[in-house]
Amino acid sequence: MASVNLLIVVSLAYVAFLFVIAFVAERAAARGRGSWLRSPLVYTLSLSIYCTAWTFYGAVGYAARSGMEFVTIYLGPSLVMLGWWWALRKLVRVGRVQRVTSIADLISARYGKSNLLAIVVTIMAVIGVTPYIALQLQSVTLSLSIFSAPDEADSLNRLVAGFWVAFGLAIFTVLFGTRNLNANERHDGVVIAIAVEAVVKLIALLAVGIFVVWGIAGGIAPMMERIDASPIGEWNMDRSRWVALTAVSAAAFLTLPRMFQVMVVENGDERHLQIASWAVPLYLMLISLFVVPIAVVGLDLLPAGSNPDLFVLTVPLAEGRVGLATLSFLGGFSSATSMVIVATLALSTMVSNHVVMPVWLSSRAEGAQVSGDVRNVVILSRRASILLIIGLGYLYYRFSGGGSALAAIGLISFVGVAQFLPAMMGGIFWRGATRWGALAGLVVGFVIWVYSSLLPSFGPGAILSVAVFESGLWGMGWLRPQALFGIEGIDPTVHAVAWSLTLNTAAFIVVSLLTFPRPLERLQGAQFVNVFDHSSQARGWDAARATSEDLMVMTQRILGPDEAQTLFRNEAERQGLDGTLPEPTQEFVQNLERELAASVGAATAHAMISQLVGGSSVSVQDLMAVADESAQILEYSSQLEAKSGELTRTARQLREANEKLTALSVQKDAFLSQISHELRTPMTSIRSFSGILRDTDSLGQVEKTRYASIIHGEAIRLSRLLDDLLDLSVLENGQVSLRFETGRLNDLLEKAILTAQAGDGTPLDIRRRHVDEAVSLSTDLDRLGQVFINLITNAQKYCDAENPRLVISVRQEGADLSVEFADNGTPIPEGARSLIFEKFARVSDQDGSGAGLGLAICREIMARLGGDITYVPGETGNTFVIHLPRREALAAQ
Amino acid sequence: MPPVFLERRSYRRRRMMDAWRLLPLLGLLLWMLPLFWPTAADVPATGEKMAMSTAVIYVFVVWLTLIAAAFALWSFLRASPEMGEDTNGEGR
Repeated sequence: MASVNLLIVVSLAYVAFLFVIAFVAERAAARGRGSWLRSPLVYTLSLSIYCTAWTFYGAVGYAARSGMEFVTIYLGPSLVMLGWWWALRKLVRVGRVQRVTSIADLISARYGKSNLLAIVVTIMAVIGVTPYIALQLQSVTLSLSIFSAPDEADSLNRLVAGFWVAFGLAIFTVLFGTRNLNANERHDGVVIAIAVEAVVKLIALLAVGIFVVWGIAGGIAPMMERIDASPIGEWNMDRSRWVALTAVSAAAFLTLPRMFQVMVVENGDERHLQIASWAVPLYLMLISLFVVPIAVVGLDLLPAGSNPDLFVLTVPLAEGRVGLATLSFLGGFSSATSMVIVATLALSTMVSNHVVMPVWLSSRAEGAQVSGDVRNVVILSRRASILLIIGLGYLYYRFSGGGSALAAIGLISFVGVAQFLPAMMGGIFWRGATRWGALAGLVVGFVIWVYSSLLPSFGPGAILSVAVFESGLWGMGWLRPQALFGIEGIDPTVHAVAWSLTLNTAAFIVVSLLTFPRPLERLQGAQFVNVFDHSSQARGWDAARATSEDLMVMTQRILGPDEAQTLFRNEAERQGLDGTLPEPTQEFVQNLERELAASVGAATAHAMISQLVGGSSVSVQDLMAVADESAQILEYSSQLEAKSGELTRTARQLREANEKLTALSVQKDAFLSQISHELRTPMTSIRSFSGILRDTDSLGQVEKTRYASIIHGEAIRLSRLLDDLLDLSVLENGQVSLRFETGRLNDLLEKAILTAQAGDGTPLDIRRRHVDEAVSLSTDLDRLGQVFINLITNAQKYCDAENPRLVISVRQEGADLSVEFADNGTPIPEGARSLIFEKFARVSDQDGSGAGLGLAICREIMARLGGDITYVPGETGNTFVIHLPRREALAAQ
Repeated sequence: MPPVFLERRSYRRRRMMDAWRLLPLLGLLLWMLPLFWPTAADVPATGEKMAMSTAVIYVFVVWLTLIAAAFALWSFLRASPEMGEDTNGEGR
């Protein structure tokens, strides 16, 4: 028989071997040659962490006691893996996008980063997993005791051995899991070690199975006969347990902290899930394949009363196969150690992140500002948590008496952690789930589990008195721990599963429906539920490592190339490096963040840096702060824009006003010089002729009369000029008062022609169409007549054709009335056309009688009357067009 | 005609994806079937009983079938391109 000492040496050697593998793997990962560490095979094997010592030893014991029922524990997870598309895919994606570090982190992140929820989940997980860890201690101790000499004091041996196993596992976990601190909570070394352990336990169990079937029973057919002839040879199954255990194992597969760790947190590539969807069921099937044969042969070979949980060891030993038994021991040892390591790692992450660190940080005045020693505190708190969790497991092992069947203990844990399921699944599929709903569901489920499953597991009289078992808490019959609400006759496990999960789900849904989520919760809810809408299937986390180059690229975009390069070069010089790229030290990154914050705001800078440095993802709070900043900047810039628009407008108005003033000043000067010129000409002739009349005595009467009439004519011309000027000034200042009358256009034209032709008798052939002129209009007829007279007089004066002719035509153009005066004289030269409506503008000096004010007056009058007058050059002759708003014309009809 | 061929292929791929999604339901159905088998408590001592070996063979044959089906679907879908996009696109 192999001695216990030999087994301990073998175990230690095995542990050392695992440690070397883990070390090599981490070295390879650190050098960037660790892609094989993240292969689908490793992922699948690491998922086999589900199969613990409970599977390795307990499944055979379970089968020996209850037949095929053991298989439900593997059917549930197989269904979950086969249905990866439904839940796991989303869970893994959410985990990656949100950078989730544990199941407590996931639930807390979903419900608005509630630390209260994280603490509740952590406590529940620690309490739920404690029996499971005790189970591993128990199985290793039991298996050791098989090898020990029978004469040793058994009970003492177990407790002491249990302590040393717990101690060894704790040291092992501390060494493995907390050697370094990884922001992503991923452990390449641990994952590869548990993958190796997965292979060892599978080979060990298969080896024992093959030995049993072909070595002892002699083939498959004899084995089947043997099965049917055995005490478990008849199909015998509790139907409610079959359903409940399949369901609870499926739930636990998703919610066990260690499963969550390897499945979601350590997942390097979502596509591995597709391979695992058939590979993990395959592994589970192979693990379960020989369970019934080993149980049957064990029941057959070994004396009645021997512990069926140890058949995997005792059957080879009974057959004298010490080597096989040692391999089998190693398999069981592997199962136990891998489970304890991963479970305590997962739990210690939760305890330290959600309980220890918040307490420690809030107990210090500086908060999270301190740097440097936080890292040590985190590692210390991890280690303390590991010791605490394994210590709790040992205490449970000690006080539960270490006597119960392994399967029973395992199921208690399963039901406990299954309480996370409603909050977790509700969180990723239902946006309406709220923090209070999740909290209510978790607490209700947890309380029922503790009362109906955990406490009774210590046995009647241990914690719950016998009286409580028989007549309920405080004597209330409906509160009996294994017959809640007075419903009896249900299997205790099914009872606990049914009540805890139903009431948990009910509380979760009802409270969620009744409460109102906070904004952060709603945002996170949308992020989780619609995770496929706004995340792509990016590769692992490692790409997010900060490199100076990334930081440089980003900084250049914000600060501009010159400033960014100077900043980086200075830092590189300070660090004593050549070139422009410094090491991205903590100090430098913080500096950079401050620099960037000056440009883009603190929250944005923080979000950008953390995106590149890859520590934590951008939280919703960050995003909200960014949104606030952007809104402020936008508002500020729109205010600036409005102000600058206003300034531009004012400047333009000023410029226009200035131009107008300059033009007016020029006009005024021109007007003054014109007017003095205009006045001086007649004045000169008046002065000279009046001088002749005064100084010359020998003037005849005829001459006197002629000179006096010249003086008279010039005076008339002067007063006409002054009249015109006055008229124009009145019109221009808008002081003119219009006298609206109703009259007919043809009458008006008739009168104007008569007036214009009254003076000299220059023949002017005027042509009109009387039909068109039959329009009545309501306007200042005198003023309009003045315009007509002016135009006709002009034609009379300036038309230089042989047979001067004026065509007056009237047209009604929609809303307007237009009157055209077209003569057949020489067209006005092009250069002068723009000036004819200006004051004192004369096209030629052929006739000095005009002052050049006529057309200017016409234009002013037409403007007052609401119309206008334009000049239209023709091929032969000039055309003036008067437009009159139809309104004036219609009003009279 | 190439375009028609491609359409058929992506159509086939989507249906294979459907099959993969429905696989766990099939598994659930088959594995819950033992609920209807007679147990020792139901059947009088002389009645016909279900042999344990039959039960073991049934459970494991179902298991193997499901694994084989999942493996076949996985290799089929892996062989055809754009698989990731397809699963993402229907992930609502």
